[in-house]
Amino acid sequence: MSAADRILRALFGFYFAAFFIYLFAPLVIMAGATFNASRFPTITPWQGTTLQWFNALWADRGMWESLWTSIVVAFFVVLVSLPIGTAAALVLTSLHARARSVMYAVMVSPLLTPGVVVGIATLVLWRQIGVGGGIFLIVLAQSSFIICYVMLMVAARLQRFDRTQEEAAIGLGASRFMVFRRILLPFLRPALFAAGFLAILQSVENYNTTLFVRGFDTPLTVYIATKVRTGLTPAVNALALIMIVVTIAGAILYEVVRRRAQQRSSAV
Amino acid sequence: MAELFRRFGGGLGTLFLALVAVWLAGMVLAPNLTMIDYALRPNLPPAEIGGQRDVYSLDNILYLANESVHRAIFFKTVWASALVTFITLVVCYPIAFWLAQRATPGQAAVVILALTIPFWINEVLRTLAWYILLAFRGPLNALLLVIGIIDEPVRWYGDIGVLAGMTYAYILFMLFPIYNAIESLDRSQLEAARDLGASVWRTHWRIVIPHSKAGIATGCVFTFMLAAGSYVAPALLGSPGSRWFTEIIYNWFFEGGDWNRGAAYALVLLVLCLAVVLVTLKLARVNLTDVAK
Repeated sequence: MSAADRILRALFGFYFAAFFIYLFAPLVIMAGATFNASRFPTITPWQGTTLQWFNALWADRGMWESLWTSIVVAFFVVLVSLPIGTAAALVLTSLHARARSVMYAVMVSPLLTPGVVVGIATLVLWRQIGVGGGIFLIVLAQSSFIICYVMLMVAARLQRFDRTQEEAAIGLGASRFMVFRRILLPFLRPALFAAGFLAILQSVENYNTTLFVRGFDTPLTVYIATKVRTGLTPAVNALALIMIVVTIAGAILYEVVRRRAQQRSSAV
Repeated sequence: MAELFRRFGGGLGTLFLALVAVWLAGMVLAPNLTMIDYALRPNLPPAEIGGQRDVYSLDNILYLANESVHRAIFFKTVWASALVTFITLVVCYPIAFWLAQRATPGQAAVVILALTIPFWINEVLRTLAWYILLAFRGPLNALLLVIGIIDEPVRWYGDIGVLAGMTYAYILFMLFPIYNAIESLDRSQLEAARDLGASVWRTHWRIVIPHSKAGIATGCVFTFMLAAGSYVAPALLGSPGSRWFTEIIYNWFFEGGDWNRGAAYALVLLVLCLAVVLVTLKLARVNLTDVAK
């Protein structure tokens, strides 16, 4: 290895380390501030180690209400997005090449629309009919683009589906509905599971779209952002820490299930 | 379409079509058309809606063109979003290249898993982390004071804070598309270039970048769109002097009480983002089908 190569390597190593520090330091600091007795969340100066902020969070009724709002919204988003996203993937795959690429462009367009615009468009449409912001509109606005993710994930799995299974079942006298329910749906189950998980995550984390259609309802992200402006204490950090732990646990679970499913399908 | 009915029968086929129609017509098309309708009408008291003055015009959009403060904020949002896109591209490219071409499969798997952790964490929390980091009496100022780089704490909130927070929030939307694109590059091409005496720069410029342009274009499109449409970062990390276009839109809706003008501004934002998407994809000769994977 030449000297120039070695220098390049060292430089890259340094860059790589800096990149990881950049990615993780803010999160570590935010988590660390949860245990500092200081009223404003920080780690400098350290004013004593405490768990009091978890108690403060536990006692915060606004937080519990917003958590409940987020759960309700996520539940309905999954309920709306999974069937529609699956139907969209099935319709898409049954189109011919040219129509398919046009339809594909139409179906991914909500992903390329800024989140605030999605929220605003939903808000103005429903005002025409006299419906104001709230959980109902949050669900509709979020679903309008979360369906895209479901559609993409289901379509990806459909590409590996062996159509002869369906034909065999029909040949053996099964009805079309039976074939769908007993063959296609079970085949899609891993993708539906993954898409459902992603939909929950996207729904709970959404802010830009939700902000415009929330009316008087306050989901978790809106609650956190409001706290930052009206009086941030490390109780919010405690909430952030819990959300991070839950998210990471969920992500790991998701990976494990996905890999296991992959092994199973490659074993067949 | 006939294929759908042949495969699933009349009942299921109709159900699938109906669901897709509800989505595309009811949840995507109708809201956007209504927004355009709002944008082109004047803001009138209820009694005058449908009356003589309720006619289509471009007044709301022209208002943006003539109001110098809003116009300046609009252009700042455009170039600042472009800057965020450029910074994330430059920062991510070396990492993506290393991951895709130099790392062993084991290394790559571990690093990608580590990288996805911040990616899973919600945007508001990522921004909150920067809010805490950049606070006037926060850790960054404390660190810089100790090292002696600054003599007095710096007020980071404002344009710098917003740029830093956005770069952080959207960096992985740039990294993964580029990584995916570079990964499909055959290593022997790099070796061939090297054996033929091409410099590192030339290899990247003539081989790696052309090969990965679909990924680069995808990353740029998403980062730009997310940055231009972001509300969290400017709201949390900004200052009164660093307003973002989305904040102006928000004010028309919830403080100014002029939804028509707000809708017009939102429409301008939408058209901007769609234009950036189409022009970027055209320049990179990428099909929309390759995006969003």
